[in-house]
Amino acid sequence: MAYFQGFHINRILVYFMFFAFIGLSNPLMAGSDEHHESGEDAPKFDAGRVIIDHIVDAYEWHILDYGNFHLSVPFPVILYDEGQWYVFMSSKFKHGHASYLGYEIAHDGDLKGKIVRKTQDGEIVRPWDLSITKNVFSLFFSSALIIILFMSISRAYKRTRKHAPKGLQSLLEPLIVFIRDEIAITSIGRKNYEKFLPFLLTVFFFIFFNNLLGIIPIFPGGANVTGNIAVTGVLALFTFFITAIRANKNYWAHIFNTPGVPWWLKVPIPLMPIIELVGVFTKPFVLMVRLFANITAGHIIILGFISLIFVFGQSNVFAGYGISIISISLAIFIFFLELLVAFIQAYVFTLLSAIYFGMANEEHHHEEEHH
Amino acid sequence: MELVNPGIGLIFWMTLAFGTVFFVLSKFAWPSITRALKERELHIEEALQAADITREEMKKLKIDNEKLLKEAKEERDAIMNDARKIRDKMIDEARLKANLEADRIVESARERIENEKMAALVEVKNQIAKVSIDIAEMILREKMQNTKAQTDYIEKLINESQLN
Repeated sequence: MAYFQGFHINRILVYFMFFAFIGLSNPLMAGSDEHHESGEDAPKFDAGRVIIDHIVDAYEWHILDYGNFHLSVPFPVILYDEGQWYVFMSSKFKHGHASYLGYEIAHDGDLKGKIVRKTQDGEIVRPWDLSITKNVFSLFFSSALIIILFMSISRAYKRTRKHAPKGLQSLLEPLIVFIRDEIAITSIGRKNYEKFLPFLLTVFFFIFFNNLLGIIPIFPGGANVTGNIAVTGVLALFTFFITAIRANKNYWAHIFNTPGVPWWLKVPIPLMPIIELVGVFTKPFVLMVRLFANITAGHIIILGFISLIFVFGQSNVFAGYGISIISISLAIFIFFLELLVAFIQAYVFTLLSAIYFGMANEEHHHEEEHH
Repeated sequence: MELVNPGIGLIFWMTLAFGTVFFVLSKFAWPSITRALKERELHIEEALQAADITREEMKKLKIDNEKLLKEAKEERDAIMNDARKIRDKMIDEARLKANLEADRIVESARERIENEKMAALVEVKNQIAKVSIDIAEMILREKMQNTKAQTDYIEKLINESQLN
């Protein structure tokens, strides 16, 4: 225990050291609170566990631990189970170590980290869980930020009219123009692009802002929003539905009766239609996975470098200090890389969405072939 | 597994949040932003075109001005030329006239001089004749004091006239 305390305080020292130097206050200890709460078990710094705990969703926003003091922001838990709504604060779970009204946060299994209820038979039941989690909170925050920001620049546009942009407006205008000219017009064409521009602009800024907020380690940034498969999945679904709804005849004709393909690939076994139809679904799937994987990977690498300090610090405190220099410089490098990735991934998602929209709205150029 | 296990709550809230952002921005922000951008681009385009047209017009105007100036100069030169010609002609004419007049005056003067001279000569002749007669009379009177001489003279005169 003494060893543990010492270790912990040193960890805090190291933690504050880089807090002071680079303002990095990401709650790195969040994953480790289980260890000192769980008592006598030898606390081992499990880097993998810590990293995963940081990039998955949570019911509270962990900010920092100091000894036995845990600073975290609890969020409301909203459950719908057996025809009844349950609303309470996540602090009732005592950082995951207590159950409340029969609900608890699962510690293992497929539902690890999710709220579950154990029935009398020991069966694990998952209620409809609409809780405000860390990611949900972060989403609300970034959504509000985006709405406020763009409403204000929209007002600025009404004010400046035909004159040069000012302030925030001039900061965001190049991006707006870039999306319009380089993404929407080039991918969809001058004729149809205006229908899709609002979505493309929204999706770009939504991803971009969330990416940026995700790499700011200070509350309320630092949630791995765009590195969450549910978030990217919903974004991809929007693209999918817009593509499907806005698609013209040619698009469906191309899928179900692909021109320029031998007939025996369509009849009797509709091989080509199946392949094309699968393609319709793989496109948004790829969008979802790409954004999720890129952003998550970035977070994992940064957390990995930071965790190195504690891995070394565990064996020797000075080794921890020593490695921190290398780790922090590498982490800073990755942070810069992540800034780039934040833009690139937002760009790629928007560009691919635009290309899909463009494909769905193409005026057929090989008209003669399938008549 | 936790990583790729989407939470139903997050899907719900994400749909709501993104949907709201999408709706609000599409309704209140993007239209005015894109419209303003388009308007401004159009405005700039128009302004540039107007500038081009103006420049073209200025050029044309300058050429016109130069042409006008050139024409004016040419006209001035022509007028000057004409004036010079007229002046020369007038001078020539005047000179000619003056010459003629001078000639005429000289001629008339000469004539008059001639006349005067003739008159003077006649006068002188007459005077001389008169003086001569007077002298002759005086001489005769002197000579004819005696009757004999008178008679001799008369006889001589008669002789002379008979001889003629």
